[in-house]
Amino acid sequence: MNKRKLPFGTALLNAPFTLWTVIFILAPLVLVAYFAFTGNDGRFSLQWFEYIFDPARRETYLRMFGDSLLYGALATGISLLLAFPLAHFMAQSKQSVQRVLMLLIMVPMWMNFLIATNAWRYILEHNGLINNLLAGIGLPRLGMINTPGAAILGMVYNFVPFMILPIYTVMARLNVQLVEAAQDLGASRWEVLRRVIVPLSMPGVMSGVIMVFVPSVSVFFINDRLGGVRLIGDVINDRVLNETNLGAAFSLILMLIILVCMLVLNRMGDREKGAFVN
Amino acid sequence: MKKKNGILSTVYAGLIFLFLYLPIAVIVVFSFNSGRTTSNFESFSFYWYMRLFTTNFEAQAALRNTLILALSTAVITVLLGTLAAVGIDRLRRKFTERIALGANNIPLMSPEIVMGISMMMLFIFGGALFNQQFVLGFSTVLLAHITMCLPYVILSVLPKLRQTDPHLAEAAQDLGCSQVMAFFRVTLPSISTGIASAFLITFTLSLDNFVISRFTAGPFTTLPLHIFGQIRMLVRPDMYALTTLIFVMMFLLLLGSNLLQARAAKRQNKQT
Repeated sequence: MNKRKLPFGTALLNAPFTLWTVIFILAPLVLVAYFAFTGNDGRFSLQWFEYIFDPARRETYLRMFGDSLLYGALATGISLLLAFPLAHFMAQSKQSVQRVLMLLIMVPMWMNFLIATNAWRYILEHNGLINNLLAGIGLPRLGMINTPGAAILGMVYNFVPFMILPIYTVMARLNVQLVEAAQDLGASRWEVLRRVIVPLSMPGVMSGVIMVFVPSVSVFFINDRLGGVRLIGDVINDRVLNETNLGAAFSLILMLIILVCMLVLNRMGDREKGAFVN
Repeated sequence: MKKKNGILSTVYAGLIFLFLYLPIAVIVVFSFNSGRTTSNFESFSFYWYMRLFTTNFEAQAALRNTLILALSTAVITVLLGTLAAVGIDRLRRKFTERIALGANNIPLMSPEIVMGISMMMLFIFGGALFNQQFVLGFSTVLLAHITMCLPYVILSVLPKLRQTDPHLAEAAQDLGCSQVMAFFRVTLPSISTGIASAFLITFTLSLDNFVISRFTAGPFTTLPLHIFGQIRMLVRPDMYALTTLIFVMMFLLLLGSNLLQARAAKRQNKQT
């Protein structure tokens, strides 16, 4: 027997949370798998996966899964490219300015994404804000709406704060003496960035990448509404309310895709850590 | 190191903020449109704001539902989450604590759509057990929102608990406080800022949530669900007006809590 048993009071305090986790977090995930593998007759069946991977539809759906990955990766990469310099800028600002900038980053996160997407539609439309401005100064109108670029723009708009905040948090705590030491030892600005700031910001980058990639790969509505691009999230959203089991099968595939990506990212993170030691 | 930002990086930051605030500016401007669309500005008017408070009963009902849901979610989640944080804080063994924190991370890491759907499956399954076909409604969306917000409460209360000296509560007990009283008199005041910010986060998360509500609310209509119903046809400026109002409210709330935090930080600096 374990001698250091949990004190009764502590166990009692933890009971509600444990119960809640089991009922509302673990059980639902198991139920997704249960519904995905349950046929119309209520018995175990592969019918939904046979439906998805039926030769007639296979190509469409496989391409859609691939697109989800591709768009998710692109949105994440662009968010990272945009966020990193901004986080650096924020961390370099005065303390009082930093607080204001943080607030300015967080405020758009509370904007309802349906309404924001609708506003973006107007900005990008043929007769929208940008094109009217272009036409006003005599330039030709651009076809921006209903392009893959518009879909990615919408995704980046909605998720980039989740990249900025973790990177900024790490950079703000970065030990300035390390930067000074590198400068004293003759490192150029570029070398300081590449060999000190970037490696030390990696934990923030990693959590930013995860926090943007997960919602990007499972996105719906934004991509469809702005880019006319349909991804796995759209199919789930359309189907699950009426065809629960098929929706569950699609969700299971989405979960699997995310899980695999997380494992790959984790491996990459580990290798990154190894690189520091050398 | 001297803190400095060149002109180039300042311009860059300006562009990013322009990108972040452009749609918001569009929303605010078109909320004052006298016309019926959100893409053709006719003239400045308060028409849609007036309508919102007078004859737009659907939007009013949706707003009321949303506020009731957000408030219930915030109160219940903060109670449950604080209790859970206190419990996790008392776990003396690293292993059990890691399991608890790992479980806490699941909702944070899983995409909203998967969370929404898995909760929906739970409610359908639970309904089938009790031979109920239509279970989705206020109570299910409330349960779903609580589950979604719980990790954030734990993550903002637990660090505050870790910062407080456990000997203080023990001292109170030595001086004759009961364990419960020691918690309320000593521990609770020292984690109150964490609880307050948890309340704010939970309230706003619930207020703004669309994805999880979509799959768990059934016929219960929250504001984001109401907007979603409209967006497929044509969004009228009244939704922009409502969004603007909520936006201003949120901004003031966030600004207020930020100022309070800044003041608290200053006071702490003075003390040490």
